[in-house]
Amino acid sequence: MQVGLSGPLRAAANGEASIHIEAETIRELLNRLLERYPAMKQHMEIGIAVSIDGAIYRDNWTTKIPEGADVYLLPRIAGG
Amino acid sequence: MQHDQSYTGQDFKVVGSRPKRPDGIDKVTGRARYGADMSAPGQLVALMLRSPHAHARIVKIDTSKAEKLAGVKAVLTAADLPDLTNGNAGDYATLENCMARDRALYDGHAVAAVAAIDKSTAKKALKLIKVTYEKLDHVTDVDEALKQGAPQIQPACDGNLGGRYEFGHGDCEAGLKEADVVIEKSFKTGQTHQGYIEPHACLATVGPDGSGELWVTTQGHFTYRNVCATLLGMDIAKLKVTSSEIGGGFGGKTHVWIEPVALALARKANRPVKMVMSREEVFKASGPTCASSMDVKIGAKKDGTITSAFIECRYSDGAFPGIWGMLGGMTAWACYDLKNCQSVGVDVLVNRPKVAAYRAPSAPMMAFGVESTLDMLAKELDMDPVQLRLKNVAREGTQSSYGPVYGPIGIEPTLEAVRDHPHMKAKLGPNQGRGMACGFWFNIGGQTCSDLNIGVDGTVNLTVGTIDVGGARASLSLIAAEELGISYDDVKTTIGDTNSLGHNDTTEGSRGTFSSGMATIFAAREAIEVMKSRAAQMWDIPIEAVSWENGHAVATGAEHGNLPPLSLKEIAAESPTTGGPIAGHHEVTADGSGVSFASHIVDVEVDPETGRTQVLRYTVVQDAGKAIHPDYVEGQFQGGAAQGIGWALNEEYIYGEDGCLQNPGFLDYRIPVCSDLPFIDTKILEIPNPNHPYGIRGVGETSIVPPLAAIGNAVSNAAGVRMDQVPMSPPRILKALEQA
Repeated sequence: MQVGLSGPLRAAANGEASIHIEAETIRELLNRLLERYPAMKQHMEIGIAVSIDGAIYRDNWTTKIPEGADVYLLPRIAGG
Repeated sequence: MQHDQSYTGQDFKVVGSRPKRPDGIDKVTGRARYGADMSAPGQLVALMLRSPHAHARIVKIDTSKAEKLAGVKAVLTAADLPDLTNGNAGDYATLENCMARDRALYDGHAVAAVAAIDKSTAKKALKLIKVTYEKLDHVTDVDEALKQGAPQIQPACDGNLGGRYEFGHGDCEAGLKEADVVIEKSFKTGQTHQGYIEPHACLATVGPDGSGELWVTTQGHFTYRNVCATLLGMDIAKLKVTSSEIGGGFGGKTHVWIEPVALALARKANRPVKMVMSREEVFKASGPTCASSMDVKIGAKKDGTITSAFIECRYSDGAFPGIWGMLGGMTAWACYDLKNCQSVGVDVLVNRPKVAAYRAPSAPMMAFGVESTLDMLAKELDMDPVQLRLKNVAREGTQSSYGPVYGPIGIEPTLEAVRDHPHMKAKLGPNQGRGMACGFWFNIGGQTCSDLNIGVDGTVNLTVGTIDVGGARASLSLIAAEELGISYDDVKTTIGDTNSLGHNDTTEGSRGTFSSGMATIFAAREAIEVMKSRAAQMWDIPIEAVSWENGHAVATGAEHGNLPPLSLKEIAAESPTTGGPIAGHHEVTADGSGVSFASHIVDVEVDPETGRTQVLRYTVVQDAGKAIHPDYVEGQFQGGAAQGIGWALNEEYIYGEDGCLQNPGFLDYRIPVCSDLPFIDTKILEIPNPNHPYGIRGVGETSIVPPLAAIGNAVSNAAGVRMDQVPMSPPRILKALEQA
């Protein structure tokens, strides 16, 4: 599947705005992302959120990614 | 047990009603216990000594005289708080903010603390502490801090740049070439405080065995426990944190400020220690929101189609780098469907206190720049400002400016509701103006854990770990009642301490009702499964033949259909002989929160002689997903608008040439009072979040995003001159009128 990367994450992926990764869960997605782009480690330590079809997942790495879903990686979001 | 968290579109019986709040009587009669209301035998009073300088090297701290003063039981400096953060930069910043180490980084930065038998003795002891400072150059302005040669605040940062974050898509420069009209403008916003009425307060105890207890006003007692345990080298399990009632937080009580120091003093003195910030300390040394400075450029075709949208916003983080630029950058253009857009959020260090969240952190500033410039564009195009926004509005399927493609969202319905609202058609008088603006916030979920216990009389105790900052106990009681099929009055919801539940994330990001609501639904469903099995025992039939309907176990099938249903109360009464207590429990990482949008309308009157602005009428339209308890949803809408009115018109941290805060009190830092506010009308829209069983989104933050811009547009229309800086205080309006 194609995975979009938000601005701050692109530098860690050689400037790519979108990358192809095969993964069934968020955990698989992040593991493969780290294997391919070790520079992602610093972002993962701070936190990465995953948007699946517009819904944001920050913590539940067991979440399954439906086939054909729109997937986008963001910095981890906080709030007040 | 795994549960499906998808929205089902079920009909509700009690959810959506407006019962009385369970904490109301306690709060109006004074029975409710806040952070400063708890005492312990033998407790000491602790006070903090704070830097009088904006930036200074701490050469020496001599505490010897203070330690010898009768009644003083402990004196603390950074030397008593070794760095146990194991290289974690965020934890180290927290440690350094709680107690300055080699440098004081802002006016009010703590440098020492005393615990004594009473406040008078503690005050005397503070005067006996001799701190030798070497004053350093300081900078408090966000743009000045980025200039070459500005005083460096954190050695690890590049200049005072804490971070730079870019979001967007397309090509803004190419978009400008397609534009018939280009509007370019710069804006500024002042630094404001959340203005919660209850100051930070705690009671700390640490026994000789190293076990501690903390009673504290907080938005996240589990987070406080983890942070304090880390900073003080304690086992998490040996620190019990109990949250008091909270007298407002709005993001300001998501971080520790005095609590690790109170615990360290208690450990050193071997006595309970109570610590309560004064209002001056709250202003100077807790976490206000950022000041900001921004540049906006929008290009559009004559028909209103936006072809290019750019904003850079610089946020003053205080003395420690934060994530405020990143958050703001993601929100800037989120309301709109844009071919070419870019937003840049920049974090800048200044000699001001460490910034904390303030509802939808960083979004109101971006919205002020974006929505003000959109109004300027509407004027230039001679177009209705609502129509301009509708022309460019984001919908389901739009690629958001921060990346993802939207699912079902509510910005277009809020704009349509604004367009059709009677408020928009009401006539205006002389010196009066109307403004509107839109706002966006993400909302979050997170780790959550709930317990539901059914008593033998059939009443229910629900224990949750998310702090009730805005009516969550009432909402969660409604949810439990809905699931179990019982009365709201039969459910008592309590906030559990850190020893009674698994970890719960802080109540921030509008997550309380979303995430604890989800955990409550599933805990109730697990309790229902237990009750079905108990009913099966009582009837002596297979559990598969039992269903749950309207608060009753119902026997199904031809063999058992003649059995009369068993109510929850009947099953509970038999629980001692059918297997013991009946309970449901659920822990979940409640992800899948739904984004939130709002559109606001405001009418103001500006006195051209004094520059004073009176807000005449205010209307909030916001998508709640599902309003569990509409009173509280409306309360959140109104509260955010009220705080936004204060931010827009009066509130501002004012620093002198010496880098010291000049207005650390409510007399000189003017939050709105009743006479400043009209009745704030609300309209709740319900576009369900597909990832919550009840369709809940968060509602606590978005309402503070549009007010700065909505009021800025209204004041500009009333005064006939574009306002580009908040607060739009009388002197600033008079100056703008003079220069027009």
